[in-house]
Amino acid sequence: MSSTEYVTFTIGGQLFGAEVSNVHDVFAPSSITPVPMARPEIAGVLNLRGRIVTAIDARARLGLGRRDEDQSNVMAIGVEQDGESFGLIIDQIGEVMRLENDTLEANPVNLDPIWASVAKGVHRLNDKLLVVMDIGRMLAVEGLEDGLAA
Amino acid sequence: MDDLLSEFLTETAESLEVIDTELVKFESQPNDEATLNNIFRLVHTIKGTCGFLGLPRLEAVAHAGETLLGKFRDGALEVTPDAVTLVLESLDQIKELVGHLESTGAEPDGDDAELIARLEDMSINGPAPSTPKPAPAAAVVEPEVDLAHDSDLADADDEPIDRGPNWDEALGRELRPGEVSLADLEAAFNSVDGPADIENAKPAEDPDKPAGGDNVPVVNQTIRVNVDVLEDLMTMVSELVLTRNQLLQMVRNTDESEFKTPLQRLSNITAELQEGVMKTRMQPIGSAWKKLPRIVRDASNDLGKKINLMMDGENTELDRQVLDLIKDPLTHMIRNSCDHGVETPDERKASGKPDAGTINLRAYHEGGHIIIEVSDDGAGLKTERIRQKAIEKGVVDAAEALSMSDREVHRLIFAPGFSTAAKVTNISGRGVGMDVVKTNIELIGGAIDLRAIQGEGTTFIIKIPLTLAIISALIVGIGEDRFALPQLSVVELVRTGDEREHKVEKINDTQVLRLRDRLLPLVALSDVLNITDGEGPAVDENGNAFVVVMQVGDNRFGLVVDEVFDTEEIVVKPLTKMLQGVREYSGATILGDGSVILILDPNGVSKAGASVEGGVQSVAQEGDAQMTYQDDKTSLLLFRAGGMEPRACPLGLVTRLEELDAESFEVSQTGTVVQYRGKLMPLVHAAGPHALKTEGRQPILVFNQGESVIGVAVDEILDIVNERMNVELADASPGVLGTAVLKGKATQVIDVAYYLNQGDPDWADAANKVEGEIDTRSVLLVETHPFFQNMLSPLLSAAGYNVSIAEDERAALRMIESGARFDAVIADVDQSVTAARFAEAVERSESTANAARIGVSSRQDAEPTALGQSIPKSDRHALLSALDYALKMRGHAA
Repeated sequence: MSSTEYVTFTIGGQLFGAEVSNVHDVFAPSSITPVPMARPEIAGVLNLRGRIVTAIDARARLGLGRRDEDQSNVMAIGVEQDGESFGLIIDQIGEVMRLENDTLEANPVNLDPIWASVAKGVHRLNDKLLVVMDIGRMLAVEGLEDGLAA
Repeated sequence: MDDLLSEFLTETAESLEVIDTELVKFESQPNDEATLNNIFRLVHTIKGTCGFLGLPRLEAVAHAGETLLGKFRDGALEVTPDAVTLVLESLDQIKELVGHLESTGAEPDGDDAELIARLEDMSINGPAPSTPKPAPAAAVVEPEVDLAHDSDLADADDEPIDRGPNWDEALGRELRPGEVSLADLEAAFNSVDGPADIENAKPAEDPDKPAGGDNVPVVNQTIRVNVDVLEDLMTMVSELVLTRNQLLQMVRNTDESEFKTPLQRLSNITAELQEGVMKTRMQPIGSAWKKLPRIVRDASNDLGKKINLMMDGENTELDRQVLDLIKDPLTHMIRNSCDHGVETPDERKASGKPDAGTINLRAYHEGGHIIIEVSDDGAGLKTERIRQKAIEKGVVDAAEALSMSDREVHRLIFAPGFSTAAKVTNISGRGVGMDVVKTNIELIGGAIDLRAIQGEGTTFIIKIPLTLAIISALIVGIGEDRFALPQLSVVELVRTGDEREHKVEKINDTQVLRLRDRLLPLVALSDVLNITDGEGPAVDENGNAFVVVMQVGDNRFGLVVDEVFDTEEIVVKPLTKMLQGVREYSGATILGDGSVILILDPNGVSKAGASVEGGVQSVAQEGDAQMTYQDDKTSLLLFRAGGMEPRACPLGLVTRLEELDAESFEVSQTGTVVQYRGKLMPLVHAAGPHALKTEGRQPILVFNQGESVIGVAVDEILDIVNERMNVELADASPGVLGTAVLKGKATQVIDVAYYLNQGDPDWADAANKVEGEIDTRSVLLVETHPFFQNMLSPLLSAAGYNVSIAEDERAALRMIESGARFDAVIADVDQSVTAARFAEAVERSESTANAARIGVSSRQDAEPTALGQSIPKSDRHALLSALDYALKMRGHAA
């Protein structure tokens, strides 16, 4: 019986899990430089050990509203995609958890479309639900600055 | 592809470039043995390698070419342009074969019998209609052959008849002309000194690198390194530099530190390492010039001109990345100089010049830049011709063109869509012109300018950075944020203030700076980047501000920032793909203190600045630079609002296009509003209030009038078109002026005034209040077309004028004669005859003798007329300001 290891974390009170193999790093982002004119999902850019990392605000990405206050205690998950480094800013980091693949349930049909697009399924834990996050989809912030915004 | 083959391809490409250059040199100095030997040796090497690798087609062509070259070398054949052309032709064939080999790994099918026949014919019969071609040969396989044998065998007399002796048993075929049998070879080998050169052992770092020296090859101590390795090395050194900077910063803050000395040493070593690694990326500019002699030669043949190319500074080094990017622009410029610069020999003689023209190519270092000059001693630029052409092509309007200095006119050749070539030639004038050159050079942070002296020639000056990886940047601050501005675009820094030498002044709401008798438009960086959390306006009430004067192309403007820090050498790092769509940035960098800052793209900032200040014009031009200028056409913004069919509104009425976050919309008593640039902007949707989005981005057309702003939301902005607009006024639904056929589709043209009133019933009143201190003045609008009546009259009333409309001049005169008083008369001047008569009548009439007169035109580039300047009907800003100005002038005069 196959199983997968997940790094768990919370965003806006919801527990999420991302496959361990996708997560390069967990770090406390310091001094994020905001990028004016960029989409609200982009929290800014930051220096992680000499590399420039693009910080994605997971709250904003999930339509939970951009995090304005409380910048101090947040954590970030370091992810690599297409040779670029990203930091997904989350509220709290949890633990590493091994879960059986066959207990993964499909997304509920009434899940918010944005959430459904980044969720691979749901695990029922004893006390709460864990949403399995598709990190690749999470980073697909599309349609940037398109249109005629002058 | 196996290693051997790819090695061969790289080497052959190098050799072919050298041969190209050398042959042109050889043609002009047929007695230069060293050059010929070099060519011969290279061709021979190519041929030999082909044989070794089993590439019969290449070998055959190369062989035939080599034979002909042999004749040159022996003096058996005179060096004529025809012969050289034939050799060059064979080189081109080799290049093509090699190209095919490179892409497919095999020689293409077919044969080159025709070319080879001509080559052989030339080497046998002398300068007949054809010329030989050089063949590549490799010293590796085939021992070099005494050429005396070649010429014996290829002797014109016995070759065609005497086949027998040429049959070679070992090869199983006839020997080619110039080919020797193995037996002969053996004999020759024993009796003659061996080949002097083994050339192809020479490795080079890059295919583009010039193959060793001019004549005699020197065995260089070099090694081929993959470019990726160098790039990686460069990246790592960049990181090292950053870490070093960080350390230095830390130690700088402490007075005494035991780290100081070792750190100083680390710093020096790092600097040297950086320089060393940079050097590995450097290549002499000469490698980008190698194709040029050939291009000039071919061009002069095609054009029937005599042109010499002089090159100076080939050894000037620059980053290979930059080098790659300037190759094409340079080639184009050289072609251009051949075609347009240098005159024909007859013309030159007539003006007392030697019949051969000269193109000078120079490169040298200046500061952190390389300057490349391309100059010709031709006729210079025909100022009047350019002026006329620019007006014809709609690059500038007539009035503007007339007020331009010669130098400014010359610079028009860099304008998009400009090409003065009367006929399209093979050489230049393919529709892409100097504007492409300019764009390409600006893309790498360079600049281009020109100097032309009538009758003496034209010089183009290109200034490009040495490298793109590390740039010098000015660090500026807005509120808490810092940004890097590439120093290349920064002209100077100015501190302004009411008490200072430089003052910020205002025209309407536009801030300008008077700087040495020039007016410099000011753009606040905080506006460009939409940063609102700063401490108030960048220019405070005492006019204090930091202004960074920027030069982007021909555009000079002042960028207002809160703070200016220092200049730093920064390592440019690309932004994530997600952010590459944001045109304001060109990258990011890590500063010495470890913080990341964004690098501003001067081009993007300039464009964004234009839309902050100048309304939507730049958008229109981006859409299609040509379209704005065509006769009788109106620029229309196409959009969708409720339903799939497009709707349109004259672009001239729109101040800005925005996309705002629907979540920021607020519902007030009077309707939906949104905070916009520090004000509340009423918002209506062109398809009714229910169509407003509640989430995501909402495209909005922003209309501005005096102090008030209104936003009309639409579903989607589709396009900007420039078409002749025939509006059918049949449609009676509210908010619709009529229907026009645009881009082949029936399109509803919306009545902007309707929406403006809907969104803010006080719209017109509000505008009136602004102008309130002045008495309401009456304006007579003479306009035949109902569409423009409908467009202009709400506009004028909104601006606080009392508008009377006359359908034509006769009706207008009747109104004037009936004694109605008008402060201003606005009339259509497209019918110039009637316009002139009308102008006279207006002047004669007592009631309007003092009235301001303004001509409007549906064309964008109308000539001034009897009614004064003519203003495009779609340009509401121009119309209102002209009206305002005219009335003020009249006030003074009265």
